[in-house]
This record gives sequence, structure tokens and C-alpha cells, in this order.
Amino acid sequence: MSSAVESVALRRLTVQGRVTQAHVLRSEWTKLVSLRSTRWSLLVATVLAIALSALFAAVTSSHWGGMSAHDRADRHPLDIALAGVNLSQLAIGVLGVLVITGEYSTGMIRASMTAVPKRLPVLWAKLAVYAAVSFVLMLPSVLIAFFASQAILSRHDILQISFSHPGVARAVVGGAVYLMLLGVFALAVGSIVRNTAGGIVVFVAIFFVIPPLLDILPTSWNNAVSPYLPDAAGRSIFSLTHGAHSLAPGPGLALFVGYCALAVAIAAVLLVRRDV
Amino acid sequence: MATVVGMIEAQALTKDYGEKRAVDGLTFSVRPGIVTGFLGPNGSGKSTTMRLILGLDAPTSGDVRVNGKHYRDHAAPLHEVGALLEARSVHTGRSAYNHLLALAETHGLPRSRVDEMIDLVGLREVARKRAGQFSLGMGQRLGIASALLGDPHTVMLDEPVNGLDPEGIHWIRNLLKELAAEGRAVFVSSHLMSEMALTADHLIVIGRGRLIADASVEELVRQASGNVVRVRSPQAEELRGHLAGPDVTVVSLEPGLLEIQGLSAAQIGEAAAQHHLVLHELTPQQVSLEQAFMDMTRDEVEFRTGELAEAKAA
Repeated sequence: MSSAVESVALRRLTVQGRVTQAHVLRSEWTKLVSLRSTRWSLLVATVLAIALSALFAAVTSSHWGGMSAHDRADRHPLDIALAGVNLSQLAIGVLGVLVITGEYSTGMIRASMTAVPKRLPVLWAKLAVYAAVSFVLMLPSVLIAFFASQAILSRHDILQISFSHPGVARAVVGGAVYLMLLGVFALAVGSIVRNTAGGIVVFVAIFFVIPPLLDILPTSWNNAVSPYLPDAAGRSIFSLTHGAHSLAPGPGLALFVGYCALAVAIAAVLLVRRDV
Repeated sequence: MATVVGMIEAQALTKDYGEKRAVDGLTFSVRPGIVTGFLGPNGSGKSTTMRLILGLDAPTSGDVRVNGKHYRDHAAPLHEVGALLEARSVHTGRSAYNHLLALAETHGLPRSRVDEMIDLVGLREVARKRAGQFSLGMGQRLGIASALLGDPHTVMLDEPVNGLDPEGIHWIRNLLKELAAEGRAVFVSSHLMSEMALTADHLIVIGRGRLIADASVEELVRQASGNVVRVRSPQAEELRGHLAGPDVTVVSLEPGLLEIQGLSAAQIGEAAAQHHLVLHELTPQQVSLEQAFMDMTRDEVEFRTGELAEAKAA
């Protein structure tokens, strides 16, 4: 570097700074939005939530005439509207892991923990900022997905469902709540594992690998266990109906929040105890 | 000039990683107003000690305080200690500007401070580039900017000249002296004695995690030299007889050449004059700081070249 540095003098600070939770929140907001990878992941999550539902609706609409009665009965307009949540959750979960493991892989965590040596304010701020950003982006996404898919399906009266129909508004908003909580869970997993690949593997295992594996269990065991897994508990938040072997939205939400709280508690204890 | 007093005090500081003791009962203090060099071979525990000071690692036993408190108990840690760690501590995907901004915001410091730091270290042209694209020298400058962001009472830099060009090295030496002159405690590690000889006033030398020396630069040179004086004289044997004393050792290296320990050059010269003996040379032997360091740490380096060669042969 040839740019000459003439003056050596370090100017005195005119303000007295101090670490507060509000300051750390602001810092974590800057960290989140100043990374290209974050902006892309959030854009992908937002677009997928809308695009997949619209695509699903368009395909259903164009093939409706040739579909069997059985296939038709299988199509529920709310499932079509929330189809995108299944893909968005992958983007939200992976980014949640990365929000913290990216600091470990690059060494940024040392700078973060030197600036805020009490450590926990950093975890709280990361969780709060990421939860808020996920919800603020995902809520409009699922609403747009709902109304867009309904508009695409407008030719088929049987596939029309009113937003004011009992449970529909709850299910649609529930989709955004689910994605927000999933992000919190993934961030806590990342904080516990402290490694990007490991964190993503654990997250994917819990939400994508273990649930289908349970199908090899005897049915009675499967029915006894499955509804209480994080994945199933979370999904009940945005299901319109629930059967004998799934939780109602209220208990499902409570259980999923419980899983998140447990993961966050483990992450917090380990963050304070372990060497950085 | 307003002064900014800072200090570091370590008491029997010890850190184990599993079976290995990285830092072993270190007691030292880093005083305000001077540059204290922290010297030791690679792997001797310098970086671990700095991590303990910052609370990144918890000590196995012992204690270390900065400006009177444990680092984590300060309300504004970046005002207390500005640290540059040897391992990179920057997210590679973030620009230099945003990296500094995120750190400044944790303390509620204004954006103008970030701009000041970028100008101070000469990174203006690349401030918006991602830090992952930085050269080693640019990364080092960014680290120094992070360290000085909070106008800290104590400045602690781990191997700061690594990767800097000669101009950058010159700049950092002047900066360190200036920071110390303002009353700050400046603590700088290096594995190069020659570098410390140019910047440090005081030296703390460690090897295998243990304290080897804690003294001023002049004192260390004097100790290491052991007051050896070289004398050349055609009447060497006669002179030798007149110098005998309880604390004096005289070694004859070759006919007419003596090395005398325990007497100053002045005392020897006076003795020679008193007995009308001719001297051709009278030289106090100065051991270089580099040599002093090698002597001190000889037993403390993890693997000596010989051992390594043996290990490879085996």
C-alpha cells in the first residue's frame, strides 16, 4: 500500500460510550444487513414463499380438468397457499445458523466478544434482530402467497377459501410465526455447535431427516412420538385442521416455543462458559 | 496534553488446555506511559496471555485485571483496552467500514469516529471493499483501527508488524511511542528481539508460559553481557597477576588476550596504569539484545532445531 500516512496522532474521543443492550442491538442490525450472503438468503426466502405457492396454484388450476376425484380431494387451498413455507424454512434455518457460525469461522467472534465481554447481550441481540427481520419479511410473503394463489385459482369455486373463514387468518399468520421461531431455533443450534457445516447438519437432521425416518417405527410408537417433535409441533401452528395424531395449534405453538427456549438456554449457558 | 492512564496487572496467571499448560503462573504488570514489549519464542504463551487479559479465555487459576478491574466488568471495554489479536478477527464478507461501524455501535460511538480511524490507518480507498479481499498488511491496519476505535487507556497489540511494509512498520513504531507518551499503557508482543529493541522501554520475556525476565531493555543487556571486558596486552600474564580478586575471573583466550569478568574497563585501565603496563585493547563486551534473548530462551523453546532434525530422522 502506497498511500502515505502522514499524521500518526490518534484523536481523542469527545463522547463517552458504553455498552447497552440497545447499542448492541444496533450493532447486530448493522452486522446482519452488511453481509451480501444475508441479503441474498433473505431475498430467496421471501421470493420462494410467494413463487412456490403461485407455481403450485397455477399447475393445479391448469390440470384441474384432468385430475381424478381423489386427487382433487387431496388439494386444499390453504396447503397451496402455504406451500412456499416448506422451502423458505430451509433458507431461514440455514441463514439462522450462519448468523452466528459465520462469526466463528471468520474469527469475528473474538472482536464481538472483546467489544461486549459480558457476551449474552450479543446473543440476545442476534436473536431479536434475526427474529424481527424474519417475521417482518415472512408475514407479507405468506399474505401475498395466500392472495396470489387464491387469485390464480379463482376459476375453481371449490378451491376458494375466505381469509375470514375460521382458522384461515391464524394459519396464514402462523406460517410467518413458524418461520420466525424456526430461525430462532436454528440460530441457537448454530451458537451451540459453533461450526457452519455442523450447525446446518444438526438443523437439517432435526427438521428434514428425523421426521420421515420415524415412519419405519411401529405405527403406535410413531403416533406417540411424532406429534411432539419440533418439526411437527411447529407445523401445527399453520395447519388448518388437526387429526388424532397431531397437536392443535395452541399446544403446538407452546411446545415449539418451548423447544426454542430450551435451545436458546443451552446456547446462553455455553456462550458464557466456553472459551471463545 | 491530556493523559490517559492505563495498566495491566497479572497475578499467578495460569491456563491449561487439556494436559498442556500454556501459561504458567505469570505475574507481571504493564505500566502506563511506556511501551512494554512482550517477548517469547513462538508458542510460548503470548497470545494466550492476551486472550486471558481480554476474558476471551478464562484462566485455570490466577487473576488478571485491566485498569483496576476484570476486563468484562468495565462498562465501556473498548475505552479500556484496544486490542489487536494475532488471529484475524474480522468477518471476511463485511467491508472495513461496516466492520468498524458494528464495533463502534456496541458502545454508541458516532460514525465520525469510524471515519477518523479509517483515515488514521490509511484505508480510505479500500474502506468499502470486503475485508476478505485485503492483503495481510491491510488486514493488520484494519485490526489496528479496531484497537484504537475506543480511544483506549491500554493498547495491546499481538505481533503488530506482521505483514506490514517498511513504511507501515515505521508508522506503527512511532504510533506506539506516541500513545505511550500520552500516558497510555502500551503492551506489544513480538518473537523478534530486534523489533522490540527499537520500540520497547521495558521487556517481559516468557518461555513455555513461564516468566523469564521482567526488566528494562538496558538492564537486560547489562545482565546478559555479564560485564565482560576484553583486554589485549603484550604483558598480559603480568596484568593478570594484578587483577586477581574474589569476584574476578580472568580467562586467557590466546597469548596476549584476556577476557575479564567482574571488573569494569575503568578499573582494569587504572590497574594497568598503576603498574605501568601497556594495553593494546580495552573493550567492554556488549551482548546484543538478540543474543541476550537467545541465551535467555534457549532452554524454553518448544523444539530446538536439533530436536526437530532428530524427530524427522526417527
